[in-house]
Amino acid sequence: MLQIEELKVEVSGKTILKNINMEIPKGETHILFGPNGSGKTSLMMTIMGFSGYKVTHGKITFKGEDITHMPINERALLGIGVSFQRPPTINGLTTRNIVELCARNRSVDVEELAKQLNFSNFLDRDVNHNFSGGEIKRSEMLQLTAQQPDLVLLDEPESGVDLENIVVLGESINYLLHRGIKCPKGKPHKEIIQQKIKSALVITHTGHILDYITADKGQVLYNGVLCYSRNAREILKWIREYGYEECIRCAK
Amino acid sequence: MRKIDNAMDVSLEKYDDTAEEHSYVEKLTQINPTDTDQFLNVGVDTHEEYRSGTFIQKDNSVIHSKTLQDGVEVMSISRAQEKHPWLDEYIWKSVSPETDKFTAMANEKPREGYFIRSLPGVKVEHPVQSCLYIEKEGFAQNVHNIVIAEENSEIHIITGCATAPHLMSGLHVGVSEFYVKKGAKLTFTMIHDWGDKINVRPRTVTHVEEGGVIVSNYISLKPVGSLQMNPITYLDGKGAVARFNSVLVAGEGSHMDVGSTILLNQPNTRAEIISRAIVSGGTIIARGNMVGKVADIKAHLECKGLVLKDGLMQAVPELQGHVPGVDMSHEAAVGKIDKREIEYLMARGLNEEEAISTIVRGFLNVQIEGLPVNIAKKLDKAISETEKDMM
Repeated sequence: MLQIEELKVEVSGKTILKNINMEIPKGETHILFGPNGSGKTSLMMTIMGFSGYKVTHGKITFKGEDITHMPINERALLGIGVSFQRPPTINGLTTRNIVELCARNRSVDVEELAKQLNFSNFLDRDVNHNFSGGEIKRSEMLQLTAQQPDLVLLDEPESGVDLENIVVLGESINYLLHRGIKCPKGKPHKEIIQQKIKSALVITHTGHILDYITADKGQVLYNGVLCYSRNAREILKWIREYGYEECIRCAK
Repeated sequence: MRKIDNAMDVSLEKYDDTAEEHSYVEKLTQINPTDTDQFLNVGVDTHEEYRSGTFIQKDNSVIHSKTLQDGVEVMSISRAQEKHPWLDEYIWKSVSPETDKFTAMANEKPREGYFIRSLPGVKVEHPVQSCLYIEKEGFAQNVHNIVIAEENSEIHIITGCATAPHLMSGLHVGVSEFYVKKGAKLTFTMIHDWGDKINVRPRTVTHVEEGGVIVSNYISLKPVGSLQMNPITYLDGKGAVARFNSVLVAGEGSHMDVGSTILLNQPNTRAEIISRAIVSGGTIIARGNMVGKVADIKAHLECKGLVLKDGLMQAVPELQGHVPGVDMSHEAAVGKIDKREIEYLMARGLNEEEAISTIVRGFLNVQIEGLPVNIAKKLDKAISETEKDMM
């Protein structure tokens, strides 16, 4: 689904990502760990193609297409969706408006989606205007659910979310990624999930989100280098116990 | 008198205030289609669906005037003077003829205008519409308008101002005196579509009594030669409320100096001024002035401007508090479209152009109270057209 090869990225003339190689196969959810400032968000912004993230070497391939220099909206239409940490407010544009824009030509029941995310009261408010951290997360998930991307990039989905809503949020991520689906009798699980199967890259530095979603693999980004890759829970346990630095040292 | 810079200077000698008489039209459907189109652009519906009355003045002639609901009066100012001798207590009582040369001219050479009044306790169901229209080349239209919302009445007036297409020069001077009595509510929506060579000088003063509400919406999206106005509102009674919204777009050659002044003279009065302005080659000076004379008043001013193409966007917010206990605030911002907003929408699949137009539309989308659906739709259309011109 997504393939990143020897990626080197500069932000304001400074190299932030040094040599990233990463592959997210179809249907897999990967967790990206890393301390603050390690380049996690930069990697996500580069995958999406935001200005200010200059690829100086390497290549990003999505669904077999080289997207390294593709405009943002074309990547979105090709099937990449992202949830932002600090999205801008757009005055006069309601949350309902943007959810409808995300749906493009698909018909979506905005009311129903909002209800699932406990977000109905926000539909007529300007998007992101005075939203709390947790409200932003739910707004972003609502938009992604309408957008239905094949590769979902989530930037710290749990940060700032209160206890009451973290369950709701976790469920919405599972719903979007089509995970944790119950099996009705007589139909193989594989067949049920096949249609809507999605890949995801989830950024976290606390790892709390792993209490609510399942992951296939974890990776650690440190100082602009992906230095470690194995079972996500295992990594989390080690980071909690020994801290990032020790983990990195040990991985060498 | 307010100092007017060169671009705003108008020599009255250039204009002729006489015009041929236009005959009265019994049915609005008889009005010629060229005019009707222009009327529609400024919110005047010749089918009069969801309207409680209509007033149309073309050059100097009142070509139509009627009411469709009991308890509301709509007529020319000259008719009203004949019918109501007491009107002398209202005319030129709020606006002084000596204010400037335009009011002086309107006083010397009065040329009609409308009188609209809602009787005590009457809630006028649908808006009353009025249209002031200039057809003659080089014409100076001086009108004098009086609106009275009697005690506990409610009325919405939609007034559209327009010119015949391709007019090369013209001047519109409108003296308006509004009276909102105890517990009454006046919503006044003004839509301008003047043409790029026309100079426009409205002079408006409103008095609001105890518990009264004035909501004023002003929309000017089309080119205008020059426009200068600064309506003054006096909140004279306890608990009176004023809300002023304006949406302005200035393309190349348009020069707008638009403000609102609100004097909060009694306790518990509230005032709000919200303006959205887009400069795309023209000039907008967006002023707002609130004066708090007593304690326990609340006033807020919000002025936002976008500069899409070189021009001038000047925000001039002023707050004057005279005693302790006033609560007054303002926020003003002038800038360009934030790239982060564009990219945020692009990440949702919109191309750059779609993203910009979505942002512009949102920017202009001030919640305009009581705007009838068909006008809201027209406004939306006008905004889309404006976007095309701007890009």
